[in-house]
Amino acid sequence: MTRPAARGGSRTSADRLARLLNLVPYLLARPGIELAEAARDLGVTERQLREDLELLWVCGLPGYGPGDLIDMAFDGDRVTITYDAGIDRPLRLTPDEALALVVALRMLAETPGVTNREAVERALAKIENAADLVGAPVEVRLPADTRRVEELRAAVEGGRALRITYYTAARDETTERTIDPLRMLMVGGRAYVEAWCRRAEAVRLFRADRIDAVTELDEPAVVPPQARPHDLSEGVFRPSPDLPLITLRIGRGERWITEYYPCERVEAGDGDEWLVSLRVTDLAWARRFVLGLGPDVAVVAPAELAEQVRAAATAALDAYARPAPTARRDPEPSAADPAVAAGPR
Amino acid sequence: MSRTRTERLVNLVICLLSTRRFLTAAQIAATVPGYEHDPNDARDHEAFQRKFERDKAELRELGVPLETGTTSVFDSEPGYRIARREYALPDIPLEPDEAAAVGIAARLWQHAGLAAAASSGLAKLRAAGVDVDPQATLGLEPMVTVDPAFAPLTAAARDRREVAFDYRVPDRDAPTHRRLQPWGVVCWRGRWYVVGHDLDREATRCFRLSRVVGPVRVTGEPGGYEPPAGVDLISHVARWSGPVERTGRATVLAAPGRAAGLRRWAVEVAAGPDGDRLVLPYADPDSLAAHLVGYGPDVRVLDPPEVREAVIQRLKEFAARHEDLAAAGGPR
Repeated sequence: MTRPAARGGSRTSADRLARLLNLVPYLLARPGIELAEAARDLGVTERQLREDLELLWVCGLPGYGPGDLIDMAFDGDRVTITYDAGIDRPLRLTPDEALALVVALRMLAETPGVTNREAVERALAKIENAADLVGAPVEVRLPADTRRVEELRAAVEGGRALRITYYTAARDETTERTIDPLRMLMVGGRAYVEAWCRRAEAVRLFRADRIDAVTELDEPAVVPPQARPHDLSEGVFRPSPDLPLITLRIGRGERWITEYYPCERVEAGDGDEWLVSLRVTDLAWARRFVLGLGPDVAVVAPAELAEQVRAAATAALDAYARPAPTARRDPEPSAADPAVAAGPR
Repeated sequence: MSRTRTERLVNLVICLLSTRRFLTAAQIAATVPGYEHDPNDARDHEAFQRKFERDKAELRELGVPLETGTTSVFDSEPGYRIARREYALPDIPLEPDEAAAVGIAARLWQHAGLAAAASSGLAKLRAAGVDVDPQATLGLEPMVTVDPAFAPLTAAARDRREVAFDYRVPDRDAPTHRRLQPWGVVCWRGRWYVVGHDLDREATRCFRLSRVVGPVRVTGEPGGYEPPAGVDLISHVARWSGPVERTGRATVLAAPGRAAGLRRWAVEVAAGPDGDRLVLPYADPDSLAAHLVGYGPDVRVLDPPEVREAVIQRLKEFAARHEDLAAAGGPR
């Protein structure tokens, strides 16, 4: 019943039909546009565009005579639609298209630190109106420390290298770093600065709420050519298989961790217990993490972590067993106090 | 799709847009190239009907508003046409900065289906003459991610249709079956929720979309209920996470150079020979205790006694449990 598919026919049928119905009004709005520019704009090859035009050329109003068919004039590499056969407007937005645009615009409008929020809101109102989506059943609220985010955004836009004081939760330390910013983004309700970190010699994501101080340096930000932005489609923390795997036995009250941390395995254990395995950046973080959970948590593996948890708890208890220092100025230097010296690294 | 089929469909759209009268299938077959057949040959006619059904489905899939009806009471067979008013995108006069914002919004989706919908929507705006600056930025861009339940729940809320789904809360062992009249979907602090009337609990409930297990089943007819007028969806979700008042003050001794996380949070830091005294604001003594236990021997609570006791109690339990593990010859 049909001839072989047209070249470039790898796109689905609906895609091509949608593209063709768009193409006539697109060109009508831009008389004399260069084919190469149009192809770039529409995200197709120039050859595909020419094939689309050839097809449209034989379509038109019933009668299908010379005056009924879609017509166009070519001037070198430029094209002008001279007869549109009635498809002079694009199709209206489908509910999904309208919703996708409206939700993303609402997200933008709610994002702290966005520069031209007013334009976003104007655009949103116009699209909602045109798409009949004024009461779209989707609401967005992204609370954040707006002032800090705006200060950071301005610093990033300044185009200079930044000196930051940054708290790294994984190592529980605050460090000074020089970074060359790439961009600012928001993932899962949190703002980040993505930058080349000169200390790590790699691209890093810095959480805005953990940047304690920023100074703009005199030198311009220079991002090395090998620097690539993160792929964030899977979230910010993508545990890699070479990180240590820990297994915990947790009680009912601690099951929330399976929603907050990417877990590799979750199994029901005895009674209410669950056995949970997750990858951690390092064991010192895991020790703080485990101790910070409720007491109905036990380390199953690795043995090294179980021992660290035990040693930390015992050392802390030993410190409590000694009389607490009461005076603000203790005359004795207490370097031997295990509370000071015995902290596992 | 073959070139001939695409050609036929474009011609069908043009033909139906140009007619005021409803055209019957037979009239369409006699007009639009590609439908030629012998109506007296049963097999040939059946093939035409199948082809025409597929084409109509394809147009509807694309969002072409295909109208069915009769032009006069004497027409025995219904016909088809496309109302231009329903077909055409209304004029959306976007200023350049507004168009740039829409262009940026369209590339924020990290969800394949909605990313495709956003970019085909943008293509229509461009076809309407809107020029979008691909270089524009707004300084800070949110990555928009959603859970699989987003699309069906949003569609159901829009069409006011009851839904049913299985919902798993980690505290419970098995998912529960829920029936809901969804009012709307909310993004709060980067997580998605659906708010609506829970038909079993007979009360307003919020559900976190990431906890919906398996497919969302649409069980009701469109327009099956009306959400309360002026309902504030956000407030239903946000009420559980209001600002925490930290009126308590605890004093702890932190080893020099350690417990950086606590230092950022302290309202007062005084260096001393035995370590630094930090004054920490807190709301709930038990969660403060849990947090402080995390620092092990780097942090010692001086005051208040209830926090100090809670920390010691937790440390004892940790030490005992992990002692047992060691005594039992390592972890099970």
